[in-house]
Amino acid sequence: MSELRELYQEVILDHNKKPRNFRVLETANHHADGHNPLCGDNVTVYLDVEDGVITDISFQGSGCAISKASASVMTTVLKGKSVAEAEDLFNQFHELVTADGSEELDADHLGKLAVFSGVREFPARVKCASLAWHTVHAALAATEKPVTTE
Amino acid sequence: MTPAQLGVRAGQTAPEWQETAREEDKRMRNGELNKRVNTFDVDAIRNDFPILKQCVHGRPLVYLDNAATTQKPQEVIDAIVRYYTETNANIHRGVHLLSEKATKEHEDARKIVKRFLNASSTQEIVFVRGCTEAINLVADSWGSENLGPGDEILVSNMEHHSNIVPWQLLCQRTGAVLKVIPIDDAGDLLMDEYQKLLGPRTKIVSVVHLSNALGTINPVREITRLAHEAGARVLIDGAQSVPHIPVDVQDIGCDFFAFSGHKIYGPTGIGVLYGKRELLEAMRPYQGGGDMISSVTFEETTYNALPYKFEAGTPNIEGAIALGTAIEYVERIGLEAIAAHERDVLEYGAQRLLETPGVTLIGTSRHKASILSFVLEGVHPHDVGTILDQEGVAIRTGHHCVQPVMKRYGIPATARVSLACYNTRGEIDALVAGLKKVVEIFS
Repeated sequence: MSELRELYQEVILDHNKKPRNFRVLETANHHADGHNPLCGDNVTVYLDVEDGVITDISFQGSGCAISKASASVMTTVLKGKSVAEAEDLFNQFHELVTADGSEELDADHLGKLAVFSGVREFPARVKCASLAWHTVHAALAATEKPVTTE
Repeated sequence: MTPAQLGVRAGQTAPEWQETAREEDKRMRNGELNKRVNTFDVDAIRNDFPILKQCVHGRPLVYLDNAATTQKPQEVIDAIVRYYTETNANIHRGVHLLSEKATKEHEDARKIVKRFLNASSTQEIVFVRGCTEAINLVADSWGSENLGPGDEILVSNMEHHSNIVPWQLLCQRTGAVLKVIPIDDAGDLLMDEYQKLLGPRTKIVSVVHLSNALGTINPVREITRLAHEAGARVLIDGAQSVPHIPVDVQDIGCDFFAFSGHKIYGPTGIGVLYGKRELLEAMRPYQGGGDMISSVTFEETTYNALPYKFEAGTPNIEGAIALGTAIEYVERIGLEAIAAHERDVLEYGAQRLLETPGVTLIGTSRHKASILSFVLEGVHPHDVGTILDQEGVAIRTGHHCVQPVMKRYGIPATARVSLACYNTRGEIDALVAGLKKVVEIFS
């Protein structure tokens, strides 16, 4: 049960129930669709990037608690960040959810994202947690094709 | 709870739920069936499956993902070990003892399959990799020569992707058109719509016998009769049906029947295509290679007789042999007895799930077996699956390779319980207890 509580932390359950920035962003100048064919999770992220800074960000879609909460927390973290900072966080998040425990993670630096550290104990759920991040990565890279976790 | 305690034997001192279920039984079943349930020794059967003795995440394994693949009884595992320990040689070509022995065992397995499906000849039993390959074989070999632009292929709304995509590929090659028989809210085929879709352009009807996502048992005999009246051929996808209901291909009357070994307690990588002899005779080979020829020159090749024409290359010898062992295992318990036991657990499971607040069953046909697909309000099936896994309960979550079914019901995914002969009411209780944990975490 403790590993489960580690995975389904209050913050995650709260973001699942009440996702933040869960809407279509009319002013978006970047957006991308993400899809996890394994479980059918879908996410669309919208970004408004001005002078290399994410001034606004939102998402829509359906999926499990982990994918929805991850997208929600991500939007709260990325708002106001530069594109370069966002890419850096993307890499750190990826490391966080896939780390095998041998690496020391800088929890302070990760801030709110640290709640997803429990995911690494559940290899089948890593893709759920990282879908929204991959989608933002694609949106910023202006990839036309929908990204998938496969 | 220990694994032994999980196994609730029918006829044991009855807790309250059993009493309720018995009342149901009286209404829904005849006495004969009840008697069979009571003589079915599920503890003894569980003992045959070594994997069921293990714990996962510190809990006794409750394996409820049998539609994905079944576990293997010791004698199937032993058959594979024995083959490689005592018999291993290539077949149909050696003059030495081991090759003769291997050939005989391989062909004996074919006889077992022939008897199991009640085919009229072993020439009608083609060993393939699995159900998917069997359907691809028919679509490729029969389809390419019998379909042209504007011809129609009928599949149903509840088909597995493996009974959709091979036909789509065939349509792309030939200009044929894929048409879909709709289903109702319970998950039954709309037979009236089916009859309307059947026409002079219909060349083949390919439908699933037992739906892997809904559990519906389709009226394959009637489907076949109507298709034949319209002059169309019929393929029945029996991947899910053979472990749960007796199959007689001559009684069904179908032209082709496909199934996989691993869903009926056999190994992966082996499956069967049954085809009527005259159709198989007329079909061109699916793949070329050794074993499928009778003579080869650079100018011309003469193909081997049935069924070898369709079995190019060294086959999965131990797979076929172990599949034979698995079928004999099932026959020894008796498919009627297995079906009665599974129905008892299925009905109990449906009842317990419906008592769980927030649960909706997907697929409620009156003619169903083995499958309990459900959604839990406010919780995504993937989360349900992860939490149940921590309780030792293995289920499948997702779209089950039937995305058109998910679309039909307007859901992205379901949680799916699928039963086998070794599952018990006690395991359903473990599932329901696990669901309570899910609700606790998400409330």
